[in-house]
Amino acid sequence: MSTVTVFLDGLSVLGPGMPDWSAAQPCLQGQQAYAAAEVVLPPAQALPATERRRVGAAVKLSMAVGLAAVADAAADAAQLPNIFSSTGGDCENCHTLLDVLASDERLISPTRFHNSVHNAPAGYWGIATGCTAASTSLCAYDATFAAGLLECATQALSSPQPCLLVSFDTAYPEPLYAQRPIPYPMGVGMLLSAQGSASSKARLQLSFSHEPATTMPDAGLEQLRLSIPSARSLPLLQLLASGQPGRVVIDYLDDCRLAIEVAA
Amino acid sequence: MQAIRLSAYTLTSALGSGLDAHLAALRQQRGGIVKKRWETVDFDVCIGEVAGLDDVRLPPALQHYDCRNNRLAQLALEQDGFVASVQAAVARHGAGRIGVFLGSSTSGILSSEQAYRQRDAQTGALPPGHRYRETHNAYSVADFVRHFFGLSGPACVVSTACSSSAKVFGTAQRMLAAGLIDAAIVGGVDTLCLTTIYGFSSLQLVSPNPCRPFDGERDGISVGEGAAYALLERAELAQPGDILFTGIGESSDAYHMSSPHPQGLGARAAMEQALSMAGLHAADIGYINLHGTATPSNDAAEGAAVLSLFGRETPCSSTKGHTGHTLGAAGGIEAVFSVLALREGLLPGGVGTRQVDAQLPCNYLLQTLEQPLQHVLSNSFGFGGSNCSLVFSRVGA
Repeated sequence: MSTVTVFLDGLSVLGPGMPDWSAAQPCLQGQQAYAAAEVVLPPAQALPATERRRVGAAVKLSMAVGLAAVADAAADAAQLPNIFSSTGGDCENCHTLLDVLASDERLISPTRFHNSVHNAPAGYWGIATGCTAASTSLCAYDATFAAGLLECATQALSSPQPCLLVSFDTAYPEPLYAQRPIPYPMGVGMLLSAQGSASSKARLQLSFSHEPATTMPDAGLEQLRLSIPSARSLPLLQLLASGQPGRVVIDYLDDCRLAIEVAA
Repeated sequence: MQAIRLSAYTLTSALGSGLDAHLAALRQQRGGIVKKRWETVDFDVCIGEVAGLDDVRLPPALQHYDCRNNRLAQLALEQDGFVASVQAAVARHGAGRIGVFLGSSTSGILSSEQAYRQRDAQTGALPPGHRYRETHNAYSVADFVRHFFGLSGPACVVSTACSSSAKVFGTAQRMLAAGLIDAAIVGGVDTLCLTTIYGFSSLQLVSPNPCRPFDGERDGISVGEGAAYALLERAELAQPGDILFTGIGESSDAYHMSSPHPQGLGARAAMEQALSMAGLHAADIGYINLHGTATPSNDAAEGAAVLSLFGRETPCSSTKGHTGHTLGAAGGIEAVFSVLALREGLLPGGVGTRQVDAQLPCNYLLQTLEQPLQHVLSNSFGFGGSNCSLVFSRVGA
């Protein structure tokens, strides 16, 4: 057996020109031209005020995306195992640490240090939602969305609860931006379950494939797909927005892609 | 869960390269933590450093991955016949049916730390030879190992701080259960860098002396580096004496970013789940490899959790007094220590610990014991409240 089947119970997106899933649908469906726009990250309201003031883009973005996906499925965040998949975590924080460590005064702040761990957004998620279930934070460079989707699907299959995927990416400032030019923060949230329910949106069958990845017909969306790891999800989001069954191939690792059959 | 066989395993740390060096160190209760000046750190620090990394050369085709972390990744792969075991698994299953799931908390960030010191004075640009993707990015080490073996199956790096390379056993188990793969290389690699030495120092969590887990006078961690790997396959053909991975528990503290829940509730939940998945009771566990970082609060929380679940009898110890805290690699390294304990019937006495904290009246081993073992538990608890416990079992005759 090399195909896994899971149900999509909740969905969210937050990226350039896509402030939420309902606003993203017209351009994904081709009814409206896509235009990238600066991403507005809402404050992490679920955190206590003392924590809220100190968190950066990675926490704001991942929490907004996670909470929207949970709300979309009318689920209880406190009960859900979760996967936080990101290529760089909090890139701004990482740059600041590197900058301080390269200086003569290497006095790095304890808060900056604990925010530097890749699972800091997952840690804040647990604090904000009271969730004590399993939480995995992972990275696979450009393959980060598909890697998170696989981890979430297999976690959902081995768990009585649905599993939450938060795939998100933030941007480095220079000089690392030159090596990792992610132009905008972007996140995608999905709630996957093994059994599905009457309110499940779709059934997803995942399998490995050698076929090339499905591209986006709109040049702006294709540019976005190629420039942010989490945006490698766009062909899947487009198919889901259409409300039709179908099949897409999304980018994963260099010689291994992920085929997804979507059924109602 | 369906039990999973460890077809091969190896580890490399400040104690040496490969299993024999580690067995000898466990038997002699010898530690590898030394006080020294390291890199450009401007104070003496007690670290568990792996010898010889400056001399490791990556294959010509993989030169762009060159950094301290991937050098350690390769040095560790080359021990104990691990490469040949993976190649045999590739022949059995195919390169596309083997996953690579490794844990790391800092990856090759040292390369960016050094590159930031060499920025162009005018433009601020990094030096031209810097390779972020293949060195600094968290995925780097899995990418390197995947290319080292020419594999084409799934891969990722789990980065959940100090539980990272314990949790990859869960990733592999779920992928095997879903039928997406037939084997997995799991483990972890983490190397010394300025971020962790200065970062843990800023939190006042670093001891001025080699660390003393569970000691009444413990005063912080010693940062170490190391790597461990295991090759996992389904256990249909397990033979007497084989080592099986039989249970995993994963939980979150939902409490604080850098302090554990004071009563160790998350730790206890992870241990209970691991026992439950293995179909075992607390009394079945013959030895616990503690997370045991040697900070006052971590050991107190873990000790409380262990006492509440196991009582005072189950032998336990932390091998962080031997190796230092190898951060994202710690879970994998301690998994292999646990496997060695099972295989050899060897319960490691702690290094560095002189008088066990009277507030933590666990059966903490101050002397190495030799007695047969059937089931062993290994704990790994990380920043952000990420907890993972693993159970390993020996197939009886």
